[in-house]
Amino acid sequence: MPLLDVRNLTMHYVTKMGDVHAVDDVSFMIEAGEAIGLVGESGCGKTSIALTLLRLLPDNARFLGGQVLFEGKDLTHIPEEEMRKIRWRGISMIFQAAMNSLNPVYRVGDQIIEAIQNHLPISYREAKRRVSELFELVGLPPEVIDRYPHEYSGGMKQRAVIAMALACDPKLVIADEPTTALDVIVQDHILRRIDEVRKKLNMAMMYISHDIAVIAEVSQRLGVMYAGCLVEFGDTVTIFKRPAHPYTVALMSAFPSIKGEKRKLQGLPGEPPDLLQPPLGCRFHPRCAYATAICAQRAPRYEEIEPGHLVACWNPRSGRA
Amino acid sequence: MIPRRNVGIEPLWKIRARLWARSLRKNWGLFWESRIGPLGLAIILFFVLLMVAHPILMATVWDPRVYDPVVGFDRAMVGRHPAPPSWAHPLGTDPIGRDILSQLMWSTRSEFALGVTSALITVVIGTFIGAVCAYFGGVVDTFFMRLADLVMLFPFIALLMVLRSIVTLDLWRLALVMGVLSGFGGITIILKAQALTVKVKPYIEAAKVAGGSAFHIIRRHIVPNIMPLSFLYMMFNVTGAVFTEAVLSYFGLLDIRMSWGIMIHTAESAGYLGAFGQYWWLWAPPGAAITLLCFAFYLVGRGLDTVVNPRLRKR
Amino acid sequence: MMSTILQLQNVTKLFPVKQRTFALKVRQFVHAVDMVNFAVETGEIFGLVGESGCGKTTTGKLIVKLYEPTSGKIFLDGQDITLIRSGAALRRFRRAVQMIFQDPYESLNPRFTIFDTIAEPLEIHGVRSLSEREAQVAEILSQVGLTPPETFMFRYPHELSGGQRQRVAIARAMVIRPRFVVADEPTSMLDVSVRAGVMELLLELRRDFGVSYLYITHDLAVARYMCERLAVMYLGKIVELGSTEVVIQTPLHPYTQALLAAVPVPDPTYKREPPQIKGDVIAPINPPPQCRFLPRCPKAQEVCARSPHPPLVDVGGGHFVSCYLVR
Repeated sequence: MPLLDVRNLTMHYVTKMGDVHAVDDVSFMIEAGEAIGLVGESGCGKTSIALTLLRLLPDNARFLGGQVLFEGKDLTHIPEEEMRKIRWRGISMIFQAAMNSLNPVYRVGDQIIEAIQNHLPISYREAKRRVSELFELVGLPPEVIDRYPHEYSGGMKQRAVIAMALACDPKLVIADEPTTALDVIVQDHILRRIDEVRKKLNMAMMYISHDIAVIAEVSQRLGVMYAGCLVEFGDTVTIFKRPAHPYTVALMSAFPSIKGEKRKLQGLPGEPPDLLQPPLGCRFHPRCAYATAICAQRAPRYEEIEPGHLVACWNPRSGRA
Repeated sequence: MIPRRNVGIEPLWKIRARLWARSLRKNWGLFWESRIGPLGLAIILFFVLLMVAHPILMATVWDPRVYDPVVGFDRAMVGRHPAPPSWAHPLGTDPIGRDILSQLMWSTRSEFALGVTSALITVVIGTFIGAVCAYFGGVVDTFFMRLADLVMLFPFIALLMVLRSIVTLDLWRLALVMGVLSGFGGITIILKAQALTVKVKPYIEAAKVAGGSAFHIIRRHIVPNIMPLSFLYMMFNVTGAVFTEAVLSYFGLLDIRMSWGIMIHTAESAGYLGAFGQYWWLWAPPGAAITLLCFAFYLVGRGLDTVVNPRLRKR
Repeated sequence: MMSTILQLQNVTKLFPVKQRTFALKVRQFVHAVDMVNFAVETGEIFGLVGESGCGKTTTGKLIVKLYEPTSGKIFLDGQDITLIRSGAALRRFRRAVQMIFQDPYESLNPRFTIFDTIAEPLEIHGVRSLSEREAQVAEILSQVGLTPPETFMFRYPHELSGGQRQRVAIARAMVIRPRFVVADEPTSMLDVSVRAGVMELLLELRRDFGVSYLYITHDLAVARYMCERLAVMYLGKIVELGSTEVVIQTPLHPYTQALLAAVPVPDPTYKREPPQIKGDVIAPINPPPQCRFLPRCPKAQEVCARSPHPPLVDVGGGHFVSCYLVR
C-alpha cells in the first residue's frame, strides 16, 4: 500500500468571473520514504494540490471529487477533528515564503515550542529539548533557539521553518518552493540537509518547485503540471532521459545550464491559459508544436506508456514502443 | 527594418474617454456592492433635493413674506410662536415666527458649499504637500511634518474664536480657514505616508531613468496614485467641516444669516432648549439634519474605502 | 574594431547605517560597492553575477545615475558621467543609458496604459507630436513581440501576463534608442516557459539596435547564456572577471568555485559535490581590511590574514582574479 494515493483529485476556485479550474483530475502515488517532485509554472495548480491534500483550502475553493488515501484512509471524508491530528503528525507542510511568517516579537524557539505543544501533550521542557534536537537536525546552532527572527539570516529562518515542519515526526512533508527566495549556496545547504533528514527519519517528501534543476537533484520520481493538469509522472531519471509530453520537453529545453554544451534555448510561444476558461481538449494544445486535430477536441487519457511512466498526451514524444 | 505602421485607429482622446468610462463603471460596481456607500449617497441626494426644492417652493406655493427663512413671519399665528407642526408649517415655526422647514431647506445650500469647499481646499493642499514631502524628504519633509504636528495640536475652535474678533467670519472665509488648517494638518501626514509607498516603486525609478524631472514624477506618477485616498479623505473632511460650522454657529460666532447651527442657536438663546422634548421641533430637525448629512458623507467615505483599498473587498 | 563604451574606475558607494546609540558617534557604512573597476565594450553583454546583497544592483543604479558614487569615476564614451548634474548634458545622458528592472509587476505604473508607459520617455525627450509618439510606440511594441500593437496599446498592466509586462518594460527602455542598457535580473521573476523568449528578445534587440548591456543576474546559467564576459561580485568587490566560458569552465577564485558548485544541474544522473564554503553571508558594514572572502574561504592561508584585500590581477587572457592563492 502506498503512503499517499491521490485519485482523480478535482478542485475549483469560485470567483465572480466564474470557476477557476485549478486542479483537474490529478492522480499520483507517494511511497513511504520516497522523494517526489512536482514541477510547473506559477498558477499551474501545484500549491493548490498541496492545500487540497491537507484540506487547508480558502473559503472559495470547491472540492469537486477524488480521493486522497493516506495510509488507506480517505482524507476527504474524515471529520475535521481527525484531520487536525493528521496535519503535522501525518503530513506536514513547509509553506512558500514561510520564513516570513515567523512572528517578529517572539523568540524563534518559543514559536516552535508553542506549535509542538499545540499538537503533542508534552511539557515545555520536553518540547524545548525536542526543539534543540530539531535544530541540530536541520543544522542550526543551539544558541540561536532563544533569538528573535530578525537576528536570523534568510537561510536560518528557512531552516527553523523546516524544523517546525519536522517537529511531530510526520510521515510525509510537503515542501512548497522551500528555497526559492534563497541564494544558491544556501539553497544547496538546505536541500542537502533536508535530504539527509529524509533518509535518516525515513519520511516521504513532496517537493513543489518551478525549478526543474532543483527537482532533478532532489526527487526520485517527478510529476509535471500544466494548467491544473498533471501531464507527466514517472521516475526522474526516465523522464529526463525520455520526456514524453511536449510540455516536459519544452520545459527542459527552456532552461539554460552551466554544464555541457551551450545550446540555444527554446521558449514556448504564447502564455499559459486562463484557468477561468481553459482550452478544450488538451490544455496544452494551443502552445504545442505537435498538436493534431484530436488535441483540440478531447482531453487525452492519463495512461502508462512504459512501466511507471504516465503521460497525458495524444502524441507523446518518446517512450511508446 | 520594420515598416512604420500608422496606428490611425481612433483619436487618442476617444480611447481615453472610453477607458475612463470603463474604470468608472467598474469602480461604481464596487461602490454599489459596498451597500453603505449607496445608502450615504441616497441621503446626500435627498438633501440635494431639499436644496433644489426650496427656491421652487418659494417661487410657487410659499409666500416669501411668510416663508422667507431669515425675514419671514407668519402674522396669522401671532402670539403662538414657536408653533408646533401644522399643515401650514410642517415642522412648526421658530420663536420669532419663521418657518422651520424653510430654514432647514435653505441652509442645506450653505452646508454643502461650506463642506465641499473646505474639503476641496484641504485635499488639494494635503495631496500636494504630501507628495512633495514624500518625494524630496529631508528639510522640506521635516518642516511640513512638524507644521502638521503643530496644526493638529492647535486648539482649533479657540483659534477660530480669536480669528473672529479680527475679521468677520462669513461662510467662504470659514471654509478657507478650515480648509487651509486641516490641509496642513493630519491629512498631510496620511497622504505623505501613502506617497512614500508610491515613491519606492520601481516605476518611479524608471521614470527618473527616462529623464523625468521631479515635477514630472510628482505630477504624473505620485499624485495620481494618491488621488483615490485623497478623495476618500475629502468625504471625511466634509463631515468635519459641517460639524465645526454647527458648533461655531451654536456659539453665535459666525457671520452667517441662516444655518442649521444658527437654528439651534436661535432656539437656545430664546431659552427653549431647557424644556427638553417640549419644543422638540426647534432643535430636532436641524440636529437630525446635521447628524444625517455627516453620517451620509461618512458612509460614502466608507463605501469609497472599499473601492480604494482592495483589502477590504469581499471576494 | 572594439571600443569601450562604459568604464568604471575605482567606483565606491557607501551607505551610512542608521545608529540609535547616543553615546559614541562612530559612523558606520555598508560598503555596497567597493573600488570596482571594469569596462564594457561596445555591443557587448557584460554580466554581473553574485548573490543577493553583493552590490550588483547598486552598481547598476550607479551607472544609470539613480545613485551617485561616494568616490570613483564612471565614463560613458570617455565622458565622466559622475560630473553631470543637470541641463542638456543630463538629458543627453538619460537618452543614452536606460535600465530594465527586475519586477515586471512593480516597474509599470498601474494607472498608465501601455501606451502611456512607453510614450513617457518620448514625451520627456521632446517628441511633441502625438501621432509621432503613437507611431513610435506601435513600432517598438511590434519589435518586442507584442503584436498587433493596437491590441496592447490601450490595455493596463494588470491585464497582461508577467512576460508581456516585461516586454513592455523593455519597450519603454528601448523606445528612445539608448546605446547602453542596464538589465537588472530581467527574467528572474518570469515563468520558465516565457523566460527564454525574453532572453532571446534582448539578444535580438542588441543585434538590431547595436545596444550594449550590463546584465545583472544571480543565475550563473542565465549569465552563461547571455553574456560574453562576466564579473563575479562578493560583498561589494569583484573577485573574478573574464570571458564567460573561461570563468565557468575554469573558475579560479574559491568563491566562484563555490558558487558554481552550488548551481543545481538539470540532470538526475549527475551527482554534484557540495560547494566548499563556510558560514553565512554577512553584511559588509565597516569590513576589516583583509580579503572579504577570508571568513568563509576553505583555502585561506596565513598570507590572506596578513594582507589587505587582494588586487584584481590578470592571470592571462583577460581573466582577472582577486586572490593571493592564484598567481
